[in-house]
Amino acid sequence: MMKRTARLRIRRGTSGEPVRYEEFAVPFEDGATVLDALIWLRSFHDPTLAIRYSCINANVCKECAIAIDGVVDYACMTRLREDATPMTLEPLPEKPVLRDLVTETRPPRERLKGS
Amino acid sequence: MTHIETDILIVGAGGAGMYAAIAAARAGAGQVLLADKSLVGRGGATVMAQMTVAAALGEECPDEWTAHLDDTLASGRGLCDEALAELLCREAPIRIREMDAWRVGWARRTDGRIAQVTAPGHARPRCCYVDFLNTGPAVAATLRRQVSRLDAIRRVGNLIVTDIVTADGEAAGAIALDAAAGEAVTIAAKAVVIAAGGLTRIFRRNSASANMAGDGYALALAAGADLVDMEFVQFFPIGHLAPRLVGMDPIMWDPFRYKLGGRLLDGNGCEFLSDYGSDEAAGYTTPRDIATYAIHKEVAAGRGSPHGGVYLSFAHVPRSELEAAFGPVIARLARNGIDLGNMAVEVAPIAHYHMGGIAVDRDMASRVPGLFAAGEAVGGANGANRLSGNAIPEALVFGERAGRSAAAYAAIRTLSWGEPRHVAAAALDRIRGLVAGQRGDVAASSLLDELRELMWRDVGPCRSEAGLRRAASRLAAMRAALSEVAIAPGAAFNLTLTDWFELRASLIAAEAVTHAALARRESRGAHQREDFPETDPSLAYRRRIRLAADSTIRVGGFE
Repeated sequence: MMKRTARLRIRRGTSGEPVRYEEFAVPFEDGATVLDALIWLRSFHDPTLAIRYSCINANVCKECAIAIDGVVDYACMTRLREDATPMTLEPLPEKPVLRDLVTETRPPRERLKGS
Repeated sequence: MTHIETDILIVGAGGAGMYAAIAAARAGAGQVLLADKSLVGRGGATVMAQMTVAAALGEECPDEWTAHLDDTLASGRGLCDEALAELLCREAPIRIREMDAWRVGWARRTDGRIAQVTAPGHARPRCCYVDFLNTGPAVAATLRRQVSRLDAIRRVGNLIVTDIVTADGEAAGAIALDAAAGEAVTIAAKAVVIAAGGLTRIFRRNSASANMAGDGYALALAAGADLVDMEFVQFFPIGHLAPRLVGMDPIMWDPFRYKLGGRLLDGNGCEFLSDYGSDEAAGYTTPRDIATYAIHKEVAAGRGSPHGGVYLSFAHVPRSELEAAFGPVIARLARNGIDLGNMAVEVAPIAHYHMGGIAVDRDMASRVPGLFAAGEAVGGANGANRLSGNAIPEALVFGERAGRSAAAYAAIRTLSWGEPRHVAAAALDRIRGLVAGQRGDVAASSLLDELRELMWRDVGPCRSEAGLRRAASRLAAMRAALSEVAIAPGAAFNLTLTDWFELRASLIAAEAVTHAALARRESRGAHQREDFPETDPSLAYRRRIRLAADSTIRVGGFE
């Protein structure tokens, strides 16, 4: 039986690097979320992929907000799409990018250097 | 390189860490550094709490903290550290009233008194909560607000403490990694409080935040402190299993059972708890250790649900009652395709809380002078099985006590750090070296995945000598091979680097659990041995774990 998959097109790199996108195929299961797919990618395909999350499934930490197909949403709340058309994942707009999908979301007073 | 000097360093900014910071500042500490691996007040276990907070407030009916203590000791299956359990029960009402004054929003009865429900193991209605399923987020937000009002507290997120530094056997500060920048940080402190939570993330099925990886235990062991009761991992019996549910914590069925009862059924739709000595004729009364064991046995006997758990059903509860008890949550479930009035869900045990932890006295002081602990990181108060509702009071009570003790300790000491570049050079060099990258053919993220599978299979709800030995041997090999784990070069938010530190901590914590479990040749509370199914009354004692000079785990005698 064909394995069910979804496709993700992810913006990569740190703030100083030119913009680039990479595309990945990930396993799809009914009900799976975008965060499930990102965690799978880190465990089994590309451990260098940077994402920010803490509570995984409860949507209480609010750390996993990214832009999904151009719309800001939580990766843990957005269902993965089983489709040949990739879902495009980008860091939050108008926040400084640290790496890949991770932006500087710490409140200014909670940073080491109060930048 | 950044060097920080502070009176008190608090590692972990969940409920215990935030309360410790507040108490330290109230006690006169001039500078408190509140550091978290994740974001301050957002990660950890506190924010995940769904409902119950136990305290003998006596709002529903007369109650005494001594009655709460009786229930805590009974739940602990003869193993509680009574001094810690007493502190927890005696001071819980003070902290819960203080949270009320800070407007956490405890649910009220129609007469204005705080509402309290009866949770399994409690003889009286004693558990307050914030509706709906909002206890944890409300507690965390309330503490964040109090913390932000105190000028003495400096908060830093994404700061990963990698080593506690000692000078002449006393805690003198820490080495940390600023994950956002990928730079080493040195922190000189007169006292250190470890409030980094538990280790449930090292099990495949868990209800933990990503950062509950055992860091606090590894830090304490390496600094020379003892751990206690490490074999006792609480598996929450009815963690959500299927259908896939997003936006809700997997332990969310507990509040439903408090308010509505519900029925646990095997794969054939038959009730089974009575076969394990716990009929629920009087409502939701089965303790967590017994329910976990019962579900595990039903599934092993081939009577499980399709996804390998059992069914939880509220189909007998009238829809109007469902709506009244959980209003907006019913709609959230419907969006996940779950019509609670019409179908059962599948549930199964899930690693939820760690009874074991850092051995401390009533002042939350470890055996290392200047090193304190608070919250879930502390071991002993809950014995072999934690009573429902004791985790949040433990965070608040132990946090307050640890902050106050650390402030008193720091008040009469000076920084003993010396010239920073000469202190803990090895730890600093390691961070700098790892930031430059490390060659290897295996990623820490895949080893963490293997660790979770292995711990679930061999050190999970049902254990045996053979499985525990297999786990111990593989864990030791993984720890020995840490220098061969690949780290990609890169400073800013390099997860291959932070994964490496997480793996290092998780392996030590996992070994501590495994060796403690091997040493306890009986079944008691959350520790169930297939090969020693009976409780042995001669083993009603706690055991300590210490790190030997060669970095191996040593299990001490009973005490």
